[in-house]
Amino acid sequence: MKRQLPLMIVLVLGIAFTVQFFIPSRASEVTYQTALQWWLVMSSFAMVLALGSLVNHHVLKIKRRKEHWAFSWVTLAGLLVMGALGIMGGPSVGLRWANAAYNQLFLFVQAPMDSAMFAILAFYMASASYRAFRARSKEATVLLIAGFVVMLGIIPFGAMLWRRIPDISEWIMMVPNMASKRGILLGIGLGSTATALKIILGIERSWLGGSGK
Amino acid sequence: MKRALAALLCLAAVSGAVLAAPAPEIVAPALPAVAPPADVAASDTPNDAGLSVSLTWRASPDEARGIEGYEILRSDAADGPYQRVGYVPVGIDGYDDQAVPADGQDLYYRVSAVGGGIAAAESPAVGPVRSRQQWYNTAKTNALVGTLLFTLIVVYFINGAKSGRHLFIRRIAGLTAVEEAIGRATEMGKPILFCPGMDGVTSISTLAALNILGQVAKKAAEYDTPLLVPNRDPIVYTVAEEIVKEAYTEIGRPDAYNRDSVFYLTDNQMGYTSGVNGIMTREKPATNFFMGYFYAESLVLAETGATTGAIQIAGTDSVTQLPFFITACDYTLMGEELYAASAYLGKQPMLIGTLKAQDWSKALVGLLLLAGTALALAGPGPRQLVMKMLSIE
Repeated sequence: MKRQLPLMIVLVLGIAFTVQFFIPSRASEVTYQTALQWWLVMSSFAMVLALGSLVNHHVLKIKRRKEHWAFSWVTLAGLLVMGALGIMGGPSVGLRWANAAYNQLFLFVQAPMDSAMFAILAFYMASASYRAFRARSKEATVLLIAGFVVMLGIIPFGAMLWRRIPDISEWIMMVPNMASKRGILLGIGLGSTATALKIILGIERSWLGGSGK
Repeated sequence: MKRALAALLCLAAVSGAVLAAPAPEIVAPALPAVAPPADVAASDTPNDAGLSVSLTWRASPDEARGIEGYEILRSDAADGPYQRVGYVPVGIDGYDDQAVPADGQDLYYRVSAVGGGIAAAESPAVGPVRSRQQWYNTAKTNALVGTLLFTLIVVYFINGAKSGRHLFIRRIAGLTAVEEAIGRATEMGKPILFCPGMDGVTSISTLAALNILGQVAKKAAEYDTPLLVPNRDPIVYTVAEEIVKEAYTEIGRPDAYNRDSVFYLTDNQMGYTSGVNGIMTREKPATNFFMGYFYAESLVLAETGATTGAIQIAGTDSVTQLPFFITACDYTLMGEELYAASAYLGKQPMLIGTLKAQDWSKALVGLLLLAGTALALAGPGPRQLVMKMLSIE
């Protein structure tokens, strides 16, 4: 029963919402919107469980004195402070100083940290490009040449070298690149439909754990 | 003195006369008249929930004489009063009134050409028109036919697999390496890291990633290798926890399941990336799996993993992130290979049947593409014939 019930729910709702996709009537729309609201309710419950997991994970790290355990205190303190300020500064309590403090922490602590992580991407991109563009095989050489032409094509210097370089660059992007992209997207479209069918019909049960038998 | 007094009296008399006189009437110059829009037509918007009416018209021939746009006026009686319900700038000759009453009421419309320096020119009233809800969206017929056809092909191959027919599946290097990668982690005594993507559970790639997690968790349980599953989405976290727990139970080792192996990090994109990077540099997992949908963080994750010396297997249907994974990971499952992984690893005939159905469907789509290309090259005659046969305008 523990396995049959979820499979039954998935089958019934899967078929119902596939049919709903083709029906534009008001009843159909209302049903869909109601399901979305239920989804939001479930998400809030899941968030409580997720927060429990986060706290448990870091409390265990502190207890067991795992490597860099002191940072777990920072995480827990961040969770507590931002949570408390968010509630106190929110519309239900409405303390202005708490709202201001929350905004300050968000703008001057969290946002710069996000930006710093994002900025690291530039360095990783350089190191990855170096590895990808090393002409160690025929394929890598083709990639190197294509990449070089595309890069030249999007900077003014490329057109200065030869006026046709931007056209060649555009052709590479619009013909071979687009053709391969569309090939992959076609596979993704069919693959995602097949996966949805497998789950709705109960053929794929790995999401139930193990082989789902 | 007398003269001054007389002058003052004269001035007062003149001022009084001027003030008492009626003010001259200021007549505003008549604004130039323009022709209203022509051929206004209103009809029920097709394929909707019955809350919209569509209007079309032919632009006023005087658009160049100062018309700035068209106001859409609605009334429930032909002779008014009309209320403005919408506005479109010149150049647009249609409007969907999406706030009509849902009770099938008769409605009348006028379209008025307006502008700062012209007199508004209203078209004659059109109507009555009623909005109606539809029970089938005809615009989605192609999707319905495609889905039904694909379902039939899937069912055919599943039946074939059930009857014991051998179905050949090509070797996928990234999936063949899964067992080897888990074995490597076991030999090294290090954990396996599994990231189920950045999207929520409604994303089909996340579902595919969770299917793979079920298989990986089973093997990890079999080899008694620690598994780390950091999550970004709360619902994905709860599902992933259940999957791993069940996998350990199925293998017969529920006691080996570590409750802390599946955990929630944060829903912040870069916060999650930083957290996973921290895990990779501290715990040094021997094998990293990045399965599901990823965004800009893909390269940061995969490059950090590469620097720790882990064997890395990625799988995503995010076309823009594929090159990064291909560069930084040892194996990459591209697009549909991600969806095929569960069938490939589980080796269940019915799942393999669906893979064959996908292949045949791709062949069918390929044939249609070829036919379309041939028609495009064949010129207008054959093209129009086929379009007529298919009733395409």
